[in-house]
Amino acid sequence: MIRSGDMELQNLPKGDDSVKDLLQTRDDFPALQQSLQGKPLVYLDNAATTQTPRSVIEAIKNFYECHKANVHRGVHQLSIRATKQYEQARSKVQRLLGAKDAHEIVFVRGATEGINLVANSYGLQHLQAGDEVLITEMEHHSNIVPWQMVCEKRGAKLKVAPMNEKGELLVEEYARLLNPKTRMVALAHISNALGTINPVAELTAMAHKQGAVVLIDGAQAVPHMAVDVLDLDCDFYVFSSHKAFGPTGIGALYGKGALLETMQPYQGGGDMISSVTFDKTTYNRLPYKFEAGTPNVAGAIGLGAAIDYLGAIGYDAIAAHEQRLLEYGTRALAAIDGLRIIGTAAAKASVISFVLEGVHPHDIGTIVDQEAIAIRAGHHCAQPTMQHFGVPATARASFAFYNSFEDIDRLVATIHKVQEVFA
Amino acid sequence: MSDLRELYQEVIIDHSKRPRNFHVMPDAKQISVGHNPLCGDKMTVFLKVDDGRITDVSFDGTGCAISMASASLMTESLKGKSVAEAVQLFGMFHELVTSEPGQIKIAEALGKLAAFAGVCEFPIRVKCASLAWHTLRAALEGKQETTTE
Repeated sequence: MIRSGDMELQNLPKGDDSVKDLLQTRDDFPALQQSLQGKPLVYLDNAATTQTPRSVIEAIKNFYECHKANVHRGVHQLSIRATKQYEQARSKVQRLLGAKDAHEIVFVRGATEGINLVANSYGLQHLQAGDEVLITEMEHHSNIVPWQMVCEKRGAKLKVAPMNEKGELLVEEYARLLNPKTRMVALAHISNALGTINPVAELTAMAHKQGAVVLIDGAQAVPHMAVDVLDLDCDFYVFSSHKAFGPTGIGALYGKGALLETMQPYQGGGDMISSVTFDKTTYNRLPYKFEAGTPNVAGAIGLGAAIDYLGAIGYDAIAAHEQRLLEYGTRALAAIDGLRIIGTAAAKASVISFVLEGVHPHDIGTIVDQEAIAIRAGHHCAQPTMQHFGVPATARASFAFYNSFEDIDRLVATIHKVQEVFA
Repeated sequence: MSDLRELYQEVIIDHSKRPRNFHVMPDAKQISVGHNPLCGDKMTVFLKVDDGRITDVSFDGTGCAISMASASLMTESLKGKSVAEAVQLFGMFHELVTSEPGQIKIAEALGKLAAFAGVCEFPIRVKCASLAWHTLRAALEGKQETTTE
């Protein structure tokens, strides 16, 4: 199976000490220890969801075994402990994102709910007929559809900033589309389908000059890079826990306090009120105004543990290793005859989308799965992105810090097998 | 790779690479577009039915090997069949691809379509195999759009 291209790859830096240290993290992830039909699992679908370290699983288990109670309500000891842990998790998110105050962090189900919250609570309140919402061509459906829905309700227009053939946003086109009617800008920090890292600080500053409010979808960024919402100066930032080594069903919305204060609640219910009579309800203070009902306490605690875990490894080590995986994977995959990488931005996260001549991505996905290699095949909930590149779907390998060069070697060897099936 | 060869049988690979009846039929009487929202695949089925009998059928679109081969083999097996026979064949085909592995009864009437027996080992691919058939049924019922959902 060694081909001439592979020999050249042997010369790429593979194994300094920092890489070895990071590869030991794999032992922390129970799900990564398994074999499927006798073949060790190679998990390369991290942009869809990441695996969960033991410390996160333990934190959730510990909550259910020792501290389970409702939060902000009980006077009993369990409720006090649960509330403390839940609020500690909020502070961890605050520090992760570099927010000024913990009350600027709202727990939500994930990035999708965070965007829907802003679209409904801010968008519906502030958008009027003729106003514009600006997004980019590379957005995930979750950062398209909520804006389409509010635009339709308010008679506002959805504008789309295009990208080039590498999958990079055309910043001059983005600038041209910004105007005083642009009330809202919603941008992916990193494209899930292409891996493109957008220059969001610059894009935010440009939007602010026109008076627009900026939301950044950080679902793909938080697992890979340090985020500082004050540096970015964005108005809202959302991410999902499950893509950042935490549990499913939880995520966070950061919003500038002054903006969150002006917004109406997204949902009504318990915990989001100060007082209720049948004549009038006074809403609770931030962030509880936006957290109606019993929240996902275990999820928040699990997310807190994931943030601790990420912090112990450090984003510098993560980014360095993932960039090496990206470089190695890009060269190894590009060397395969008939393989085309979709998304070749200069600034890229560790995501490689590709198509193979004569083989549909679903067939690639099924065949590599038989070798216990998990990749994504499909439109990645980014159909407009697929349309831009003229493909119905792509196969996508996405790496986390626990992936190794050997994982990539196995993927490459299996793609040769795919080609044999269709030869 | 033994399961894979069950799924990707020679006849399936052949029909996916060289699909038969793969063209637009401008004078078709019944046309339906089928979507698989899961993967974004889209397929159009063109039909001519005369006196309750399928006189011509073709398809157009993009999809994986399983969906392309399924559409191709479907069009081959339908020509000359009555509408009632086509519906019956869909029933048999559907049973074939959704059976519990090991429990399959391959009806003789399926002919070449029996090549899809391996699909039941891959539940996620059932929709790929049945997209063309769902689209056919919509066309027979006079619906212009359908999905596999």
